Amino acid sequence: MNITVCVKQIPDQSSPGKLDPGSHNLVRDGKLILDDSDSYGVEMALQLAAEAGGGEVTLVSMAPNGEVSGIRTALAMGADKAVLVSDAKLAGADALTTAKVLAAAIKRNPFDLVIAATESTDGYTGTVPVQIAEILDIPSVSFAKKVELSGGILKVQRQTELGYDQVECPLPALISVTAGVVEPRYPSFKGIMSAKSKPVEVLEASTLGIEPGRNQEIITVRSAEERSSGVIITDEGDAHQQIIEFLEQLKVI
Amino acid sequence: MTLSKIWVFAESTESGITSTSLELISAASKFADHVEVFVASPEPGYSEIVGAYGATKLIQVTDVNDRLIGTVVASAMAQLLSGNTVDAIFFAMTPEGRDCAARLSVKLDVPVLTNVVNLSVDGTRLVSEHAIFGGSEIVQAGFTGSSPAIFAIRAKSFTAESRGGMPAEVVQVGVGDLGSAGKARIVEQHLEERSGPKLDEAPVVVSGGRGLGQAENYKLVEELAKLLGGAPGASRAIVDAGWVPYSYQVGQTGKTVKPNVYIACGISGATQHMVGMKGAKNIIAINKDEDAPIFSIADLGIVGDVHKIVPKLIEALQSRT
Repeated sequence: MNITVCVKQIPDQSSPGKLDPGSHNLVRDGKLILDDSDSYGVEMALQLAAEAGGGEVTLVSMAPNGEVSGIRTALAMGADKAVLVSDAKLAGADALTTAKVLAAAIKRNPFDLVIAATESTDGYTGTVPVQIAEILDIPSVSFAKKVELSGGILKVQRQTELGYDQVECPLPALISVTAGVVEPRYPSFKGIMSAKSKPVEVLEASTLGIEPGRNQEIITVRSAEERSSGVIITDEGDAHQQIIEFLEQLKVI
Repeated sequence: MTLSKIWVFAESTESGITSTSLELISAASKFADHVEVFVASPEPGYSEIVGAYGATKLIQVTDVNDRLIGTVVASAMAQLLSGNTVDAIFFAMTPEGRDCAARLSVKLDVPVLTNVVNLSVDGTRLVSEHAIFGGSEIVQAGFTGSSPAIFAIRAKSFTAESRGGMPAEVVQVGVGDLGSAGKARIVEQHLEERSGPKLDEAPVVVSGGRGLGQAENYKLVEELAKLLGGAPGASRAIVDAGWVPYSYQVGQTGKTVKPNVYIACGISGATQHMVGMKGAKNIIAINKDEDAPIFSIADLGIVGDVHKIVPKLIEALQSRT
């Protein structure tokens, strides 16, 4: 069972994001880390491969400047190898271009299943996984919150607006998983050491036959209207009374 | 009106066309003369409601069966687009809406602008607005290539307004076999039961987060919501932790709510959460960390322990009735 996992390497989310004032692209310099949302997909792949009795877990990623630190984290968790597409021409690529790049990278290795996060933490367009499935002409089950594999058929609980659907799907297929689908492992010391020597193939867009075009533009960026700051108090044992008074003023009670 | 035709992918439940879909139809009817609505349901009664909100045509995709809706409707749209000029296509930022927009985007080789919170006409094209970095900045974007422009729009970005239009003309289409892409099958549907007002329609929403400490304490949130005639909600953190189902989630991936009063209990205010509740008229936040980002948007912020304050608040409200 060969599984390919799409992983994104993103700026540390504890510091607020910013846009480049000239290009309006998201600033992605400095150290990038593995998007937390992707650790669930990596864990799911490792578990499914182990249950299937073997096969390779391959990572695919697209990042500037040959950045691999986030990939190394996923390799340290136990993935076998990675394909990284890194090309200055891809700066500010839209979701469709990203999907084309990742789909081409996925095709470099045999796969039975492709796993991605439902959406990235920094860009959250949430369309890349299903775009990849359409490019690869395979079925997709997005928003998977529980995944089992039996007899070559995926059995997935797929989140819906009202609850969930039980979905069955033959392989090859793509799933996008929600956070919380499995509990990601922490890389072991041995894992971290061995990750350093695992193969990472680094490619440019042109090697994959992709010429990034641009079909959408950012026109302006402005600050949103700030909410006027309210009253902040420290509870001295009677804060509930202040809430009651506030609700009375609003005529909620 | 500058545009000629907009398509809308409308979603339906047992109780009819969703309110988010009606918002999209209303918006589309402001921008274009012809609004054509796709539904994955054979229900004939929908022609009246979509017509009332401004749709001129209802296109029913009749052979969804047990296949995933997004995949089927994307194929129906791609088939009907040849020989048809459509300026823009609107989707909701729901699981089905995203699936459909993503598949269609590849079929047409057109990108999708997602997380749209507003739209306006600029010359002959639509430009969209997107709230980024937790809503602190607004980006305005537009398509530069050929039509149609594909927009995935957040709930509650527009008001659903009936304009008293005539029932829409009904057209039925089938897509047939979809090859390997259409092989996923729904074998069972589970609806989560909820009592009280709906989360995205309630006048008061009380949400809980990690600061509640443990799953058992979520009952404080439910109790408070009930006393205020509101609905209980949750941050992504406690949904991921399995304390409450996804249908409770408020935020980027969950529901967008705009109640009169929003009470955040033990929620720090991650970007993911704030995007979904920033539009509330009045925000009350209770959190023990005085530096929590949620306080930057709170009208009344209480630095304190939710485990002490919420029970007292519940007791005080109970003694009033």
